[in-house]
Amino acid sequence: MLTFTIRRLLLSIPTLLFIAFVIFMLLELAPGDPMAQMPLTIPPEVKEKMRLALGLGEPWWVRFPLWLKQFFIVEPQYWIDSAFGTNFADGAQRIISFQSRSPVFDTIAQRMPQTLWVVGMSYVVGVLIALPIGIISAYRQYSVFDQTGTFVSMIGFSVPPFFSGVLLIVIFSVQLKWLPSIYDTTHVVNSWDSFVVQLRQMIMPVMVLALQTTAQVSRYMRASMLDNLTQDYVRTARAKGMSESVVVMKHVLRNSMIPVITVIALGIPAIFGGAIITEQIFKVNGLGQLLIIALQGNDIPMVMTITFLLAVLIVMMNLIADVLYGILDPRIRYD
Amino acid sequence: MTDTNMTAAPRSQWWDVWDQFKTHKGAVMGLGFLIFITLFCMLGPVVWDVDPGKLNIRNKNLRPIINALWDADAKVAWANPMGTDNLGRDIMANIMQGGRISLAVGWTAMVLALLIGTTIGVLAGYFRRFDGLLMRFTDLVLALPLLPLLLVMMLLFRDPLRAAFGPEQGIFILIVTGIGITSWMQTARIVRGDVMALKEREFVLAARSIGTPARRMITRHLLPNVLSPIMVSATLGLATAIITESALSFLGLGFPSDFPTWGKILFDSVDRMTSFPERVIWPGLAISLTVLSVNYIGDGLRDALDPRIRGL
Repeated sequence: MLTFTIRRLLLSIPTLLFIAFVIFMLLELAPGDPMAQMPLTIPPEVKEKMRLALGLGEPWWVRFPLWLKQFFIVEPQYWIDSAFGTNFADGAQRIISFQSRSPVFDTIAQRMPQTLWVVGMSYVVGVLIALPIGIISAYRQYSVFDQTGTFVSMIGFSVPPFFSGVLLIVIFSVQLKWLPSIYDTTHVVNSWDSFVVQLRQMIMPVMVLALQTTAQVSRYMRASMLDNLTQDYVRTARAKGMSESVVVMKHVLRNSMIPVITVIALGIPAIFGGAIITEQIFKVNGLGQLLIIALQGNDIPMVMTITFLLAVLIVMMNLIADVLYGILDPRIRYD
Repeated sequence: MTDTNMTAAPRSQWWDVWDQFKTHKGAVMGLGFLIFITLFCMLGPVVWDVDPGKLNIRNKNLRPIINALWDADAKVAWANPMGTDNLGRDIMANIMQGGRISLAVGWTAMVLALLIGTTIGVLAGYFRRFDGLLMRFTDLVLALPLLPLLLVMMLLFRDPLRAAFGPEQGIFILIVTGIGITSWMQTARIVRGDVMALKEREFVLAARSIGTPARRMITRHLLPNVLSPIMVSATLGLATAIITESALSFLGLGFPSDFPTWGKILFDSVDRMTSFPERVIWPGLAISLTVLSVNYIGDGLRDALDPRIRGL
């Protein structure tokens, strides 16, 4: 297992390099110009100097390795410096945003908590709702509960977040006036009342994202439970006289969880993608919104870094899912 | 199976599929709705020949006709059953026109994704020497963050394509290509797996022993046998393509603003949803119900095309 993990880790390095190259070349080949937003009154020679100041004067084979160096060497050095007070970075050039002229990672660090709160909470909530639904649906196959659960998960698949979110706003903010429609990220939680305010503003974005998760995970959970419920070991367990709760919750559930856990791991990057849209609806100024703003402003370093971070997340989650599968299921050993 | 049919005509396999499909209630309803919404969008403008772009400031902000049921003071008009927007454009005509675009984008992008996916899947499954390379490539594409990349593509390539093909045609090509080349991977994987399994079967060996060339082997023997997984992933692909197009329009990166699609109408209405919630609900319902029915059709097709379930 360890050799497998190490081999996969090593394999992910060329994968990530290739992905970084694809993103870089897409941005490079694209005809969009970061200077396009500048006023037309700027003389051409000044414009040329500004391009050089942004580091756009060098050809791509100089800039791409430079970006890699900044991403993988310089930025971690700055993290270590700020954590331990050392001076590894020694004033080296960081990745700078074209728009704000500040280091890209500082902005990302500011935006990260909002996104993580909403996305992370929605994922936890979604999974927690999905698991019991999947278990009961499978145990009582074709019952009313199962039919309803399947229908709701079908709706979760089909209703896009930009409609379910807007619908929730229309119902709960506009008509009933129960919940705020805008997520206030400057809100500080320091008392019970402010905690309630935070909770109220989180309900809708979290539920919109959770609906998507629930739809997917409950389907897998149901299918996996159904597979296991007809196995011989279940009959054996019942024949031994074990109580039904032990049979279902211990024997069947633990075996059914193996594929579901990998699905849960693989779904994490997708939920970040969905957050781009959800953040736009509820005006959460998280990573998704940062990406959209950076895209519209031709802020190439910012777009490149955020997209690449998402790619890192996808590759890492794939790896974790594979390794988890091997650890949880002793029948599967890769080496 | 006892033959109760009085007609002795041989039944094709597709009649069996249809019989099984009919037993899935959701799928039949889904198919019905899909046909309805397609006819609504295709033939609707013939009957309802209101220009979707025509401004009529006098009749702006009309509410849908149903509002008159509970609100006697509501500003309604029979000439605009779904109401009008803030510039007096008829919403029903816009929904029809938008549906044409959304459905066209969905179908074209789905066909493109299927073509790419099937080609790569068959090549990887049939020719051993392409397998490693093509599947590594598929894995790499799967590891790309697709939605951000799609957004990047939309933003960066829209101006040159607009200049080359005109504002609407250019964006259409861009969106369809973008969705197509980011959603073929699942099809490729499924087709590859099925082709690899089929390749070991006796009928393929028999075909090869009489000297069937690879090209005819693929078109005659392999493709018809992988048709069912392709059809199932086609329904999934249609659903995702419609959602992706609407999502792009919703983020403001889709078609130009005077060119309605369902996602675009939804996006334009969000600012005024406090006073006019119905403007959000019409296009949203259209998208959701279409996708829901396509998903149900996919479910029904999966059961109907599975010979182990069929005939039970």
